[in-house]
Amino acid sequence: MNRGILLSLQILVAAATLVVWYLASATTIFGDPKTIAFFFGDPVSVIKRIWVWFSGGTIWYHLGITLTEAVLAFVIGAVGGVVFGFWFARKPLLAAVFDPYVKAANALPRVVLAPIFALWFGLGIWSKVALGVTLVFFIVFFNVYQGVKEVSPTVLNNARMLGMNERQLLRHIYMPSALSWVFSSLHTSVGFAVVGAVVGEYLGSAAGLGYLIHQAEGVFDVVGVFAGMFVLMGFVLVVDGIVTVVERRLLAWRGGNG
Amino acid sequence: MAEGSSAAVRLRGVEIGFDLANGGRFDAVAATDLAVGDHEFVAIVGPTGCGKSTLLNVAAGLLKPSAGTVEIFGRPLNDINRQAGYLFQQDALMPWKTAIENVAIGLEVAGVRSREARERAREWLARVGLGAFADRYPQMLSGGQRKRVGLAQVLIRDPKLLLMDEPFGPLDAQTRLIMGDLLLKLWSEDRKAVMFVTHDLDEAIALSDRVVIMSAGPQSRIIGDFAVPLERPRDVGEIRHDPRFNALHREIWDALRDQVMAAYRDTSGAPAA
Repeated sequence: MNRGILLSLQILVAAATLVVWYLASATTIFGDPKTIAFFFGDPVSVIKRIWVWFSGGTIWYHLGITLTEAVLAFVIGAVGGVVFGFWFARKPLLAAVFDPYVKAANALPRVVLAPIFALWFGLGIWSKVALGVTLVFFIVFFNVYQGVKEVSPTVLNNARMLGMNERQLLRHIYMPSALSWVFSSLHTSVGFAVVGAVVGEYLGSAAGLGYLIHQAEGVFDVVGVFAGMFVLMGFVLVVDGIVTVVERRLLAWRGGNG
Repeated sequence: MAEGSSAAVRLRGVEIGFDLANGGRFDAVAATDLAVGDHEFVAIVGPTGCGKSTLLNVAAGLLKPSAGTVEIFGRPLNDINRQAGYLFQQDALMPWKTAIENVAIGLEVAGVRSREARERAREWLARVGLGAFADRYPQMLSGGQRKRVGLAQVLIRDPKLLLMDEPFGPLDAQTRLIMGDLLLKLWSEDRKAVMFVTHDLDEAIALSDRVVIMSAGPQSRIIGDFAVPLERPRDVGEIRHDPRFNALHREIWDALRDQVMAAYRDTSGAPAA
């Protein structure tokens, strides 16, 4: 489909939602507008609030904090995942011994860790980074593990016959294969880095988008909650767009389906 | 040719067996003696599943025989065969490297400077007719083109021995003829020793100096060894119409037919093999 048409259709969905929302909160078509506005806010006030945040400049500080936390969580989690993924994949005994513990740790809902991280790392950014790391690490870990395990035996034998030693195999075969798996899970892992940051802020902090939403909820400021959610959605869309660009470059060898 | 100390490959009493998951043992190849002379093009033909590829893996040093010895140019082989180039049946190119990177890598890992390696890789790509495709990834090449890249990747290292495992198996008939001609053209430049595994008797006769026939597995062994007295250079497509080609084909096929039938009988009902 034509990109222009697709984009206009996508915008149309947003516009239609806004119109329905506006009609519900400003006219009597769907019931009492006052009640609806109390529970759902109204689009005009939400847009005004977002405008105030951006024009006043206060939002940039919070966005910056959330972005910093997400980036740190992603980098630390990804590096840890790559290192441990490689290590486990190359040492089957180690992987076998730790297998139940890895599974158990990954099955733990991260929200229950938030208070412990707050206790350990304080209410600053590091407790949020830690939360994001626990999410990102496992995604990257499992993908690297898989990537190293699933190197085609033919490609591996061919590389050996071409004269590669262990170190060169790591660099030319295992590493690219594992990284291709990491890159293909980039959307998920980056998304989880943001989730970790925002949930952490939501549960206890003094800055960030999660904090903003939590503050608004605390005083029944529905407009503030919705404004915060929309800013968060926009933020995630932008981050995801950047990931798509990066991915396209890094996975060029996969051709059309990258 | 087969005797003498200068043989490129000499297998003596090589047996190959695998432990099966159910605790049993599968004897793929029974005690086999085979010598491939230097500069000799030997085709190994046998029915599907007769262990001809395993024999190739033994000569490559990728697989240790359960008994017997392997000598490469007079020296016992204990590790990967450094003097051999191996063209695999399946796709063996690194999908994350472009055609030229795939060809250059064999030189780069041997310590050739990357610039020189690239230059020579570009020449090799031109020789296999892919000069314009240097920057394509394998995914963007056809099956035949990928085989050409594979050929360049192996030959650029100038191995003294070429091992080929049904390299043109997955290609269509026309492309196989073209690849056969390309292979002979490149081979005739320095006549490396070649072990060429195939199940296609036509291809074997058209390409090789000697055709070795293996019996159906398990415990397959060599059951025939035929010289191919056709002069070179050959045209792989044309030579099939030569009466001597047909006579030889009939002679070999008579020896092979019973084995093919045996293989069909054994595999049609049996789960393993």
